Amino acid sequence: MRNWNWRLISTHAILIVGVLFMSLPVWVAFATSTHSAEHILRNGLQIWPGGDFLSTYNEVLFVEGGVMKAVLGTTMLKNSLILGIGFAIGKVVISMLAAYAIVYFRFRLALPLFWIIFMTLLLPLEVRIIPSYEVVSGLGLLDTHVGLIVPLIASATGTFFFRQFFLSVPDELLEAARLDGATPWGFFIDILVPLSKTMIAAILIIMFVVGWNQYLWPLIMTTKEENYTLVIGIKQIYQILAEGGELPQYQKAFALTILATLPPVLVVLVFQNWFVKGLVESEK
Amino acid sequence: MKRVQFEHSAIPYLFVAPQIVIIVIFFLWPAAQAIYQSFLLEDAWGLSSQFVWFRNYADTILSESWLQAAGFTLVFSTLVTFLSLSLALLLAVKANEVIRGASTYKTTLMWAYAIAPPVAGLMGNLMFNPLIGDLYKFFNAIGWDFNHKLDSFDAGFVVVLISVWKQVSVNFIFFLSGLQGIPKSVNEASMMDCRSPTRRFWTITFPLLAPTTFFLMVINITYAFFETFGIIDTTTRGAPGGATNTLVFKVFQDGFRGADLGGSSAQSVVLMLIVLALTVVQFRFIERKVHY
Repeated sequence: MRNWNWRLISTHAILIVGVLFMSLPVWVAFATSTHSAEHILRNGLQIWPGGDFLSTYNEVLFVEGGVMKAVLGTTMLKNSLILGIGFAIGKVVISMLAAYAIVYFRFRLALPLFWIIFMTLLLPLEVRIIPSYEVVSGLGLLDTHVGLIVPLIASATGTFFFRQFFLSVPDELLEAARLDGATPWGFFIDILVPLSKTMIAAILIIMFVVGWNQYLWPLIMTTKEENYTLVIGIKQIYQILAEGGELPQYQKAFALTILATLPPVLVVLVFQNWFVKGLVESEK
Repeated sequence: MKRVQFEHSAIPYLFVAPQIVIIVIFFLWPAAQAIYQSFLLEDAWGLSSQFVWFRNYADTILSESWLQAAGFTLVFSTLVTFLSLSLALLLAVKANEVIRGASTYKTTLMWAYAIAPPVAGLMGNLMFNPLIGDLYKFFNAIGWDFNHKLDSFDAGFVVVLISVWKQVSVNFIFFLSGLQGIPKSVNEASMMDCRSPTRRFWTITFPLLAPTTFFLMVINITYAFFETFGIIDTTTRGAPGGATNTLVFKVFQDGFRGADLGGSSAQSVVLMLIVLALTVVQFRFIERKVHY
């Protein structure tokens, strides 16, 4: 019995160390963001929150020149939301439609089209980044939401997920629907979409996080400050810090990292079960 | 494909069209461009270009800086994959054992999934900041002459640490769900046969997790290759002297900063081939695992 207890204690000890390892950096970032720049420069990182929470976050979010030259934190927040939500919805709609066609229809080009979609898995955006940039700038889409979101949707991860899910839907459903005279569109909207509700929710959550966290593409796609997302703003503030100046505004850098982290973390925590299910299922 | 399907008509083309159009414009065309440009040599002003066959490949791939980046990428992705997988497996096994507090541990260990790599990079960058970073001060205080701005080993340490930190939660989620997928009867049978928990883990649990582990290895290697761009760009940016350049970071550096289009494209194509090889491995494995 005694042995077993020691084992339990060591198990909890390992888990607590793991939790601290994963959470402490973010907590320190938050605590430090609530202190003044002078205090941080003199005393280093902080483990306990200070009294400057409101003034720092107010300045970062609402005051012109608070973090960037012109753009407000709220504008970056809005841009991040548009990217995250637009990416998630676009991805789900487009990949559901494509997966529906591939699974439920017999057509001549089905196989070649399937392979074209499959090929996108082979080439992450990073390796074709410069030609992609040229295409988008040639179409005059730099600094637009379309140019930002649509090229990111090109990869087929979502399509494969929905294909897998549709394949697991019983064939009898379609047989019955056809006996009742359902059209292809009717079957999709009235039967398949309601059936996929949980899956759609899970994919929306994952894709929101993926979209929100995009870095390289928005970085080269946005040239105007007013189009910056929070994640890109981080990069800028890092450069400001690196350049130095009289008093580095560390608390603002930390505040911005917290702001960029909070929404996707909240989404993941609130919808934890859907998110885990979607993540594990989609990668099968 | 389904056994029961709709009749042949134009409708499926309409459904699949949005995705195909996007892929052709924003995917196939740029990818073809990358391959084409990798055979071209442009003059400094980008006015004229000349077809040079494999010269760009020879010039870049055989250059010292590319080989250095390839070497670093290999070491880096091996370390990140191995360390984040082992750490996540340890935590998942422990989290699967406890009853009290299980869901709290689960939540607090997985939430970092939502943090963007560049955000993790910037946090780490500030933790290692010579002026305020406690980790920087700590390492120097315990007698390690730590300076990631000058020493390539220390710089590598920083990017590996941050990349591992960022990746543990994804691996943890998959390992935990893999562990929970092991039938109770198997666990009970193994308890009867073998009293040592350590031996039980290595002879029963670990082999049963092999598909998950293998799948995660591919995911982690891809992560270390591509997604760590944001971490490198917000911490070392390849410094000191290109010692922490990954291949993807170098493609970006040479293409955008250095404006060497041909060389950068040649590097892209080599990267494509590497990903292709990885995917072939992954799909051969998935075919074996999934039965319809």
